[in-house]
Formats: sequence, C-alpha cells, structure tokens
Amino acid sequence: MNVLLPDTLPQALELLSQNGDAVPMAGGTDLMVHWHVRPEAHQHTFVDLSRLEALKPLSWTADMLVLGGLTTYWDVIRDERTREEFPLLVDAARQVGAIQIQARGTWAGNIVNASPAADGVPVLMAYDAIVVLESRRGREQVPLDRFYSGYKQMRRRPDELIVAIHVPRRRYSYQVFEKVGSRRAQAIAKVGLAVTRSDAGWRVVAASVAPTIRRCPTVERLLETGAAVASPSDLLPAIAQDVAPIDDIRSTAHYRTRVMARLLYHDLRDFWGK
Amino acid sequence: MLRREALAKLTGRERYVDDLPLDDFLWGMTVRSPAPRGRIASVRFGKDIDWSRFVVVDHRDIPGPNVVALIEQDQPVLAAESVRHVHEPVLLLAHRSRAAVRSAARAVEVVVAEEPAALDFRAVPAPAQIQYGKDNVLKHLKIEKGDVERALARAPVVVAGTYETGAQEHVYLETQGMIAYLEGGVLVVKGSMQCPYYVLKALQHALGRDETRVRVIQTPTGGGFGGKEEFPSHIALHAALLALKSGRPVKLIYDRGEDMAATTKRHPALVRHRTGLARDGRLLAQDIEVVIDGGAYVTLSPVVLSRAIIHAAGPYACDNVRITGRAMFTNAVPFGAFRGFGAPQSQFAGERHMDVIARTLGVDPVELRRVNLLKDGQTTATGQVIRDGTDRVAVMERALELARYREKGHEHAGFNATHPTMRRGMGLATFYHGAGFTGGGEAALKSRLRVAGRADGGVEVLSANIEMGQGTLTVFTELAANRLGLEPDDVIIAEADTTRVPNSGPTVASRTTMIVGGLVERACDDLRRRVGLDDASRGQAVKDAIRRWHREHPGEPPIGEAAYERPPGIEWDDKTYRGDAYGAFAWAAYVTEVEVDLRTCGARVIDFVAVQEVGKVLNPTLARGQVQGGVVQGIGWALMEECKWQQGAMANNQLTNYLIPTSDDVPPVRVAFVENPYPHGAGGAKGLGELPIDGPAPAVVNAVARATGTDPRAIPVTPERLMELMENAVRG
Amino acid sequence: MPDLKTKLALELNGESVEVAFAPHKTLLEVLREDLGLTGTKHGCELGECGTCTVLVDGIPVLSCLVLGLACAGRRVQTVEGMAAGGRLHPLQEAFAELGAAQCGYCTPAFLLAAEALLATNSTPTRDDIKQALSGNLCRCTGYIKIYEAVELAAARMRGEDARPTEESLYGRR
Repeated sequence: MNVLLPDTLPQALELLSQNGDAVPMAGGTDLMVHWHVRPEAHQHTFVDLSRLEALKPLSWTADMLVLGGLTTYWDVIRDERTREEFPLLVDAARQVGAIQIQARGTWAGNIVNASPAADGVPVLMAYDAIVVLESRRGREQVPLDRFYSGYKQMRRRPDELIVAIHVPRRRYSYQVFEKVGSRRAQAIAKVGLAVTRSDAGWRVVAASVAPTIRRCPTVERLLETGAAVASPSDLLPAIAQDVAPIDDIRSTAHYRTRVMARLLYHDLRDFWGK
Repeated sequence: MLRREALAKLTGRERYVDDLPLDDFLWGMTVRSPAPRGRIASVRFGKDIDWSRFVVVDHRDIPGPNVVALIEQDQPVLAAESVRHVHEPVLLLAHRSRAAVRSAARAVEVVVAEEPAALDFRAVPAPAQIQYGKDNVLKHLKIEKGDVERALARAPVVVAGTYETGAQEHVYLETQGMIAYLEGGVLVVKGSMQCPYYVLKALQHALGRDETRVRVIQTPTGGGFGGKEEFPSHIALHAALLALKSGRPVKLIYDRGEDMAATTKRHPALVRHRTGLARDGRLLAQDIEVVIDGGAYVTLSPVVLSRAIIHAAGPYACDNVRITGRAMFTNAVPFGAFRGFGAPQSQFAGERHMDVIARTLGVDPVELRRVNLLKDGQTTATGQVIRDGTDRVAVMERALELARYREKGHEHAGFNATHPTMRRGMGLATFYHGAGFTGGGEAALKSRLRVAGRADGGVEVLSANIEMGQGTLTVFTELAANRLGLEPDDVIIAEADTTRVPNSGPTVASRTTMIVGGLVERACDDLRRRVGLDDASRGQAVKDAIRRWHREHPGEPPIGEAAYERPPGIEWDDKTYRGDAYGAFAWAAYVTEVEVDLRTCGARVIDFVAVQEVGKVLNPTLARGQVQGGVVQGIGWALMEECKWQQGAMANNQLTNYLIPTSDDVPPVRVAFVENPYPHGAGGAKGLGELPIDGPAPAVVNAVARATGTDPRAIPVTPERLMELMENAVRG
Repeated sequence: MPDLKTKLALELNGESVEVAFAPHKTLLEVLREDLGLTGTKHGCELGECGTCTVLVDGIPVLSCLVLGLACAGRRVQTVEGMAAGGRLHPLQEAFAELGAAQCGYCTPAFLLAAEALLATNSTPTRDDIKQALSGNLCRCTGYIKIYEAVELAAARMRGEDARPTEESLYGRR
C-alpha cells in the first residue's frame, strides 16, 4: 500500500495530478469501512490529508461561513457562532454516527462520499452551500445543489480536492432538520429532511429518497405559492414529482414517502395554505 | 462482593481468545456454500493463487465420522456431497497471513447443482421440498390436560389469535473464535464457549480421539446468550482439523459479518391460540399450537420446542389445556440456543393474546391476569402443582405500583387527546421461567463438581461452568466462601479446562447458580467431612484442617465431591409430557410505558419496571445487571432487531443494518425483587438469567397497541410495520 | 506480497514509542499486533460497534477506521494507560463497584469514551452521558449501570464524597 503524506495543499494537489487513481483520505470514516475484508484496497495509493493544517479550521467572513476541506462535525458542534447562525449544521452533525465518527468525519468527506443517506449534505444544501474545488489547474466553485449528477456521480475530477465549503450568511425565518432512523443514535437515515426559508426563498432538501441528496422544487413551489394543504396526503403528488424512493434493506418506498409527507406537513403546519 | 474478574476486565488485562499470545500460527478461514440446497458439483480453486502455500482441509480429512455430535448426529463438520443451507461449511483454509487467507477464500468457488429449497417454515412443503421424514417436521410434541374440545364447545366466549416472532441475533460483543494446537500428542482447543464438555464430545467423536488426547479450555467469554452453547463445537472442529493437517497452531476468529451470517439465531416462531373463557375472563380452555423454524439441521430445536410449549400457557390456571408443538426443517441457516430458549416466543404470543382477550371481552388486562394467575395448589399445563408460597398477584401489584400504572393510564388519556403527533400507552406482561434442564434433563446430565483444598488452607472450585459476563466466578466464590466461612480471597475458581474440571454440565438454562451452585455447596460440605470436620465447622477451623491434611498427605489434596441429585418429590414423564417440568419457576411482572411518534410511527420505550421473584437474590448487583441487560435485549427484539432473509440466510449481517439498542435508546429500567427462598437452590436462589428476556416484548407491544389503538401480532414492531397497521386500522 | 514495514513515532499512554508495521494496518492492528496491547478490542472492524475506541489527542476515535500511519506524532491513549502509578482511575473504580463491566469486552472502550466526556464536562447530565456513549454498543448491561458508574466517577472527580446509591447496588426493595 502506498500512503502519501503531503505537508501542504500545493504538495497534495501535485500528488493528485501525478497519480491519476490516488484517493484522497480525510477522516477515513467512510474509506476505512470494511477495510479488513478488502485487501485489494490495501494496494491503492492514498493521499492522506491529515497534515494539511490550513484546511482544518472553520472561519467567518462578512458574508459567509467557510468550512475548511478538513473541518469535522465536531469542529462545528463546538462552534458557538455556528450554533447561532446555522443551527441545522449542528443538529445534523450531532446525528452523524456518534462522537467517534463526529470527531473524525469531515463535511467535505461527506459530500464526496455521495451517500444518498448522508447527514451533513442536506443541511448544507438547504443553506445554499457552495463547494470550492481546487486542482493544479485552478479553482472552481460549484453550488452543492448542482454537484451531483446521479448515484455516486459528482462534479469532482480525480485531481481536485474540496478545499472549502462556503455557506452564505442569510437571515433565516424558518429552519428545521429531521433525521428518521430506526434507533436514536448510530443510525443511517431512512428519511432525512432539511427545510429553510430566507430572502432567497424556501429550500426543501430530502435524503434517502432518491439516488442523491436533492432539492424538492415542487414542494418548494407549493410553499412559495401558499397552496392549501390540509393533510399529509395532500403533499404526496408534489413529493412524487421530486423524489424516487426505493425498497431496500433499511426501509420501504411507501414508508419513506409517507414519513416525508408527514414531517413536511407537521413541521410546516403554520405555512400551508396561508 | 465485587465481580471476581472486574479488575482484569477494567484494566485491559483480561485475555479473550484473540488476545492470547500464539507463536508461529496460521489464520484459518471457512469456505461456505452459496446455495440453500443441492449437490456439490465441484469445488474450483482460482488460478491466480499458489495453493501449495495454503493448508486446505475438506471432509476427507476428518479422521472419524463426519458429524458434529449433538442431539442428533445429522450435521456434518464439512459438507461432503450436498449442502442444506447457505453458508454451510465446505472447505477450510489456513495461511500465515490473514489477508492472504481471506483473498484465497474468495477465490474458491463451490459449485452447487441446486434443488428446491424449503424456506418458509409456516408453509406446507411441496413434495420436492421434503427433506426430513414425510413432512419436514423435525419434532412433534404435545401436552394435554383435561378435555379441551369439550371445554371449548361449552365456553361462553372463544377468542382466537395468531402471533409471530422473528429471529434474533445474539450480538455478543466478542465474536466467536477458537485456537487449536498440538502439545505432544494432545490436541488443545481454546476459545470462547459456554459448554467445554460439548466441545470436547464433538472433538472426540469426529476426530476419533479419546479424552486423554483432547483438551478443551474456555477462554474469558465476551458474552454468549446461548450463541456459544452449541455452535463453538463447529469452530473448534474446524480449527482442530487445520491444526492437525498443518501441524501448526491455528487461529480461527469470525469477523462480525461471518458471525452474523453463519452462526445460529433465535428460532422464528408462529403461535396460534384458541381460548375458551367465562364472561368474567376466567380461562376455561387453552388450545395452543406452536411452530418453530428449526433450520437445516436438528441442533437443539427439539429442546427449544419443549421449553416453548411448556411455557406457552403462561403462569395461569386452566383445567383444559392442549399444546402441540412442531419444529420444522427448512433450508435456513440452523437456529439454535438463545437466552429464553423458546419461552420468549411462546410467552410473547401468550401475553399478547391475554391483552387481545381483555380487549375482546372488554375487561381490564390487569383483572384478567388477576383472576387467572396461578395460586398455590393449582397446576400448570403439565400438571405440575405449584406450591412455592409466592404471591404472584402481589408481584404484579408491586410492578403496577412502581410504574404508577393506573395514574399513568389517566395521564395518557389526556395526553393522547390533545397531543398532535405523540401517543402514549402502558403495557403489562406477567410470566414465568423454569430453571434448569427440562423434566428429567438434569438427572440425565449427572453433573459432577469438585472442591479441592489447597496447601494454604484455601479452596479451589473445579467446575465446567463458565463466566461469560453473568457472574459465575463471583457467585461460586460467594457460595463456597459462605459455606465454609472463608474469605472470598481464600477461594479460587479453576479455569474451565477439561483435563482438570469434572463435567458439571453446560452453562445454559438458568442452571448455573441454582443447580450447579448447589453442587458447590455440597462439595464444600464433602470436603469438610473429608478433612475430618463436622458440618458446623467454619473459617479458621476449615483452613487449619485443610493445611493439616496437606502436611499428612503431601501431593494429594483433599477433594470434596458432589453429584446432582433430584430434589425430593419431583416426577416427570417424558412420554406423556406430564409432571414437574422444572424444579422451580421464577415469576415476574413487567410494566412499560411507550411513546409513539405518529409522524414516523416509531415507538420508544420511555419507562420500564421489572419486578420478579427469583428465590433469594445472592448478589443483588449482578442480579440487577442480568435483569437490565435482558430487558434491553428484549426491547430490541420487540421493536428493532430484524433479520432480513435471502435464501434462508441473513442479508443484513452488519451492525448498521441489524440494529440493537444503543445507550440512547434505553429507558430507565427499574428493577425490584420479591424474595422467597427456594429450599433446593443454592443459597435459596432460583434461576434468573433467562427470565428477563421473556417479558419485555409482550409488555412493550401491549403498550404500543394501547397507545395507537392497533393490534400488532408480530415482532419486531418496526416503524414500517406499525405504519401499515395504523393505515389498515384507519381503513378498517 | 508482504508489505515493507513502515516506522513511526507516537506518544502512547504517556510514553514515546517507535513502532514498525505494515503500512496498510489500522491503528487497531498496530496496537494489538505490533505493540502487544490487546486491551483494545474489536467487535466489527467496520466502525459500527465502538469496541475499538481509543483516544487520539484526547478525542475518542474508532481505531479500526484510522490508519496507523495517520497517528505519527499523535497522543494515543488506551485502556492500559488509564490506571496511573498503580492507582485505578475513578472510572475504573466506579465501574467495578457498580458492576458496570459484565462480559467486559466492550468495557475498555466505554471507559475511554467516558474519560473523554469527563475531561470536557465534569457535571454531565444523564442525557449527556447517553449521548457521549451512544457510539459504544453493550449487550450485557442494558447500559444503566454504565451511566450510574460514570455519574459516580464524575462526582468523585469533582471532589465529592460520593457513594453508590442503594438502588444502583440492590435494585428496588
């Protein structure tokens, strides 16, 4: 096995540009799963990012929160200001696995792992986060809601690293995050939902109901227009437009759809049809 | 007294099997069947691997009969011509590198010419699926008391119901594992196990060795719950075969995925009730049918079925009872021992059915139980007269009082009428568990135990009963110290090594404290007599006498012995299933409060009270731990633990997809004991280990039913299943 | 096929150590196989059970999900380092008194996760404890004795003369 340990970001980008199939590793909480039963993975080249101190801290500018490429859930949980301005980030971070995962798992890692059941991605997307990618060729910024193109498909080239995630600072008049698992801790989401409302409008983001985490434009429109909704089942047609849940080992499509409708209905009771 | 081995466990010094130092050893690995049934057409070895570097074992390497000796001699050590279930072991590999042996195992292809598999134990098998007898029934059992048909015909009300329980995975935190090596001509096998003599017997049988050439040693065992009762024999044989063929030490440790997929689980069950009742709820007739899924080999299924049917009628008096039981052969991975051993399945059905009856008759579930709970002088389904002086209604009342059952009922009415998305409810279960082997089982075991006097005047207890977290070492220490008036430090418990300890029977069936503990006491008495003392001698006098013996008989320590003797007045007829099924029953009433979120249909237990009568409580801290652990395991079984099946094998064999409760899922579990010493149990104790898993599932599901107005008949009551029930209730 | 060994230095239970190991090994494997510290257990090696928890720079991590290589220069703490100078850590004492270790297999990990909690929160509520330990599975105790032991240890570490409650030892009468 080959583990490359760059000390600086330029070194890391150089290594990625030279090794076409090298895999960047941040907290390792996804990459290392099943490690002992995947001896073939031991033959890969990994670029261990743990020495890139510059990517670790989160910071604030006048108009955004900047999560570093290596900022962990734990960093966010401990940040008072995030708790005040972006409480959903803290809510979601606290529901990722348990402390052992929160302490090592990174937001950028959660994005590139591209699980449809990710806990960190829905809240970032509901806050209109922007993914900042960098390679030796330069930087590009991609809005998170346009980052995924299909199951585990995304707009990141092999030589690019997520070096930052920008979260625009806005005044939110409403925000909620819901994660439905089969137990209270250490659960994988069967349904996830992040909803925000700001001057930019409503954002409704759903997890575990489609091949990727995605926004729900039809439901967002319903909220914008103030259409009358008298029960969870009134939301089902809109939900059907936006998501495509499946039956799998963790739950059923029927359950996922119904729970999404009920959460939306009850959480947003004050907004439907007013 | 503190747990005997607490310090070793708290400092990281305790060495479990995978922690033992081992020089120059090979890692073992098992190659398994990909198909549920068929003929092995060929075994293909991948071309990219230099197989000369691997030790390869198949059925032809087995020196004796190719069978893992247990109740029936039907299960092969390694499949020869055909396979009966997915994951059936076919081939063994060993190599110095764990990664290499893993890769190699994946490079072996077992090609099976498939035949029709029987995968649903509830369905009548098609002719092509029949593989055992004429009908795939592994075992039939029947209990009859009075005249059920007549009583049902005359009963003013008859209530019927069908109930189902799912398989449950043990999830002991230490996965199964064994090491095997040769020491001179002696084969030594060490590992995580509940029953060293089961392992010894299996090794002797299939390897054709007498007991002088095999030695089995139990290592500290990281949880068992029945999962390490019969299964370790398989791993022991596999490790031994690799060690014998290679001449090197072999370590065979399952990882979690293999452990969950290939080892036994709790038997799934289907139970039908037809109950005749008087208008006031008195039981007039109980007609019960219990069907369990045995899986592809007999394993312990007949005995599990036996305990299931004996407990099926509940702790109630009824003059007319008929209970039939069937264990079905299927091509599922074989099911096996799991804490409770059939009783949790049949009592889930029975206690859920009591609430269904109460609702049908419009009577209070508490009153229904009050009028029917056994009173001294009344008999169980097998005709056993209960005469232990325990007030079972008082046990129930204590639980109701601690849980504030009635007050909470009123509070919930208000809460449920006003809360937009939450519903609460209380649930009750009253139940019992018989300790020790069923019927004549203890007499047949002929357990023996020794207590030896040491040169320093202390004693050593020699028993085959093992510590797996439940507290055997501590309780045996206390029993011996109390009996002889010694300090706990004067007592040593021998390592469970079959070359040193006699066969005091398996560590199962809630028998260790009550029955084997009694042997500890009697062996202490025998030792005292052996060194010339009377039964009243204690403490220093005992130590002095033992030391004196050593001076007078150098190299020949004094030994006290005890063998099992049936308590007086116990009679059992295995042919008619009549008589005293157990020496003693422990009794309990569990009450729980549940909250259901109508948005997600998730049910959460928010309060739990467990009251039980288990004779005298010997070590309250250990006893409370056993109850709380059992309750939480039962809550998991009721609400979240679900095996998803594919071709008769577990498809969700990871801890992210088979969920057990975490610390965040657990309610307060308040434990209370009503004490009523049992004269034939060690120190007055009855068995305790299994009782706590019998009650939580029905109590929790009864509470869910109350909270939601639904009528769940099957567990686990997952959110998905509850959603369906609630939608059907609205439609219906 | 044997990987060349790599070497690194780290601080282990307060002492500087150097260790050579195959580079693909996880911290769990390095601790157990190359450093001989078998107090750290494995329950799934998939990051699901918490049994392999150790502290890296004071923070609980799953040693099965961390490459040994990533621990160069880090401060690693295992259960073997908890008892200092022959004296048990208050958590170890409380676990013993309350019977919070049963089969003992998950115990080292619980002790370390609890130690990390108490290092940052000397007065944890029951809910704080439940959450801090929710990444560690236990199948024997039902967790309740573990909460009680953490509470007892926390009180003693605050300097209180705390004793186990009657109920925690004996249950309800």
